[in-house]
Amino acid sequence: MKFDRETNVQRLLLVIALSAITSLLLIAVFIFKEGVPFILQVGLRNFLLSSDWRPHAGKFGIYPMIVASLWVTFGAMLIGAPLGVAGAIFLNEFVPRTVMRVIKPTIELLAGIPSVVFGFIGVVVLAPLIRAHLGGPGLSVLAAAIVLGIMVLPTIISISTDAIAAVPQTYREGALALGATRWQAVHMVVVKAARSGIVASIILAMGRAVGETMAVIMVAGNAAKVPHSPLDSAQTLTATIALEMASATGMHRQALFATGVVLFVVIMVLNSIATVAVRRRIGKNSKR
Amino acid sequence: MFYRWPTATRLTVCLLALVCASCGKKYAAITLAGSTAFQPFAEKLAEEFMAQRSGVAITVQGGGSAVGIQSALSGVAQIGMADLVQLPPEAKELTSIVVARDGIAIIVNPANPIKDLSTVQVREIFEGKIGNWKDVGGTDKLITVVSREAGSGTRMSFEQLIGGIQLTRNAIIQDSSGTIRETVANDANAIGYLTHGVISQKVKPVTVDGVECTTAVIMASQYKLVRPVFFLTKGPATGAAKEFIDYVLSPEGQEIIKKNGLIPAQ
Amino acid sequence: MRIPPKYTQMAAVALLGLATAVTLVVLLFIIVFVLDKGLPVVSWRFLFTNPQNMGRAGGIFPTLVGTVLLPLLAIAIAMPLGVGTAVYLTEYTRETQVTRVIRFGTDCLAGIPSIIFGLFGFIFFVVMLGFGWSLLSGGLTLAIMILPTIIRTSEEAIRAVPTSYREVSFSLGATRWETVIKVVLPNALPGIVTGVMLGIGRSISETAAVIFTAGSSLRLPHSAFDSVRTMAVHFYILAREGLSNENAYGTAAVLIVAVLMINLTAYWLMHRFIERRTK
Repeated sequence: MKFDRETNVQRLLLVIALSAITSLLLIAVFIFKEGVPFILQVGLRNFLLSSDWRPHAGKFGIYPMIVASLWVTFGAMLIGAPLGVAGAIFLNEFVPRTVMRVIKPTIELLAGIPSVVFGFIGVVVLAPLIRAHLGGPGLSVLAAAIVLGIMVLPTIISISTDAIAAVPQTYREGALALGATRWQAVHMVVVKAARSGIVASIILAMGRAVGETMAVIMVAGNAAKVPHSPLDSAQTLTATIALEMASATGMHRQALFATGVVLFVVIMVLNSIATVAVRRRIGKNSKR
Repeated sequence: MFYRWPTATRLTVCLLALVCASCGKKYAAITLAGSTAFQPFAEKLAEEFMAQRSGVAITVQGGGSAVGIQSALSGVAQIGMADLVQLPPEAKELTSIVVARDGIAIIVNPANPIKDLSTVQVREIFEGKIGNWKDVGGTDKLITVVSREAGSGTRMSFEQLIGGIQLTRNAIIQDSSGTIRETVANDANAIGYLTHGVISQKVKPVTVDGVECTTAVIMASQYKLVRPVFFLTKGPATGAAKEFIDYVLSPEGQEIIKKNGLIPAQ
Repeated sequence: MRIPPKYTQMAAVALLGLATAVTLVVLLFIIVFVLDKGLPVVSWRFLFTNPQNMGRAGGIFPTLVGTVLLPLLAIAIAMPLGVGTAVYLTEYTRETQVTRVIRFGTDCLAGIPSIIFGLFGFIFFVVMLGFGWSLLSGGLTLAIMILPTIIRTSEEAIRAVPTSYREVSFSLGATRWETVIKVVLPNALPGIVTGVMLGIGRSISETAAVIFTAGSSLRLPHSAFDSVRTMAVHFYILAREGLSNENAYGTAAVLIVAVLMINLTAYWLMHRFIERRTK
């Protein structure tokens, strides 16, 4: 009897897993179906390497957007990842538990703030600051990177914190018993053990950063040219899609879906790099 | 008994009840969809209409003029709203009625001494040919051009009415009148355009060829940058939809439009 | 000369502390900024009356309802699907190429811009399936959006449960399913809750996807097929069309407080659940 229930449960879970995966596949198919024919028609090199984006004149070059997206994402991760992971480590290892109980919900609270609010604050507070002290129009790659970096902090901190907290206490005790200082225990043992969770948080955050639309539209300036400095205005791939999708028809619309395909590929590449980097580090440092 | 069940089950039952409660719609339902600029006006008109006429439920959605056209075509909405100077070819099959007009104002930062620009100057600034304020009589500062996105009805109307602009690549693009207003308000060297209904003290409108952008001037047909707001229906409107459109076109409806910053259809 | 570990520790802790302080200051600044500009507008009337005059006056009551119902529906769909998938991938299958591909795929989908989800939802749920702009369309679309997050975090949480726990359970004669329900999941609960919290946060703050699927109607919903407007959408519309910055900040302030309360409630529930089990 118990065995029957076991197999039923297993079948149910399989169905659940499959339906979850199917719905995700649907979206992927949806994007590729609209975008790939366009890429085949216009030519991949032309699409990716031309800097001329004038849909009404039939020109579809997204090179400036690719550059902009990469800069903004890396900038955001440069700000968000170190701050986030450092914060997670500090809060978990060097701060009393009761304080943590208060801080963690506050940080997760920020995950619930709409991106438009972040964007709005960026326009009203951050852009003028950049314009006044660093020059340029203020609405720039730098502004977008900062806003995005702040937006992904809650994700990185929450998930990294969970990963670090899940490391069994015995690991730390063992390290301390061998004479390590708390910091040595942390960076030589705990962080390594929590590595997969921390990387997961960074990957999720990176995905969020690449795909963020609203906030970026409001503070990046969206000028359709290749940015040559962080103070330049630029238009990311997501901004292009969001700005023009509502009114695009025909080839223009397909071009936007093709941009979505490119986004998907960019994310896949970034994720693979991150996964490989982790796997190699683990292999190097352990004898598994 | 309900309270003894585990939370998950209770939650599921509540949700199912919510889903099943859709039976028994006793009222006529109209959905409008489209132009985000006109959406608040449509909501206000719907509010007043429903206060006077019971038994009708009007829902207003946004999404942009293109979504308005698509929704009207596919039947998802009974009335599509579009604010374009010229309707695109796919809207040919739809019946269109002008319900209001909208003036497009050119704005600069209040700290900017410029008060008037000619049409030619506006065109050259937005094309990037004039790059410094001193070339039009202002201070020696680089001009920051701010524009709407490529598919915006406001932008298309603006560019058509000014006379075919190729926007400079250095232009900053924002996706709504509100954010353009904030951008220009925060940058002393910025110039932009938006629907004149949302001008506030934070920005300064400039006159175009000496003509101001106010309701009175537009109604006298003297201001150039004006575009119509269309209601689109599949075939001539019938039933509750027709009643609503009639209300919008009535003196009361047009007065509401005028009071809130848009211009009556005529 | 090797620096004594004591000093590297001091330096490291100082650096970490600094980073944390910077983070907290920035995050607090945002909260304080919004509350400072928004709370003056908030009152009982603001919370419980309908918007009037295109949002320039009146309150935000319908948006409160929308903000509660929509994420609730999304989580109700996504949590069983997500946790179930995570359980299946970790407990019932071995680590094969297939699972790696699936995991990779879910990670990638986490990066798709919300507007594409919105478009998909519009074309699939609103038009093709005929649900129209509704809670249902919005809830389903949001559920798909937060699914990757929930799957990933649940997976990590489940994997973090030491194998010894499972082995002890098996040795006591429990079946795999019983082990999952009684041993693995309760221990993975904090991690799963984090994923759910992030998912709720994302649903509440989504704008593009919601506008295209749940619409932006200001009327109170009578069924799951009615359109709703969430506070995030309301803020977006108010700020975007430049109608009322004060009310926009007010909406944002209420939003922050609401999210805080939801998070605290979830944690309280979780702690009660854990306490009840360990008694």
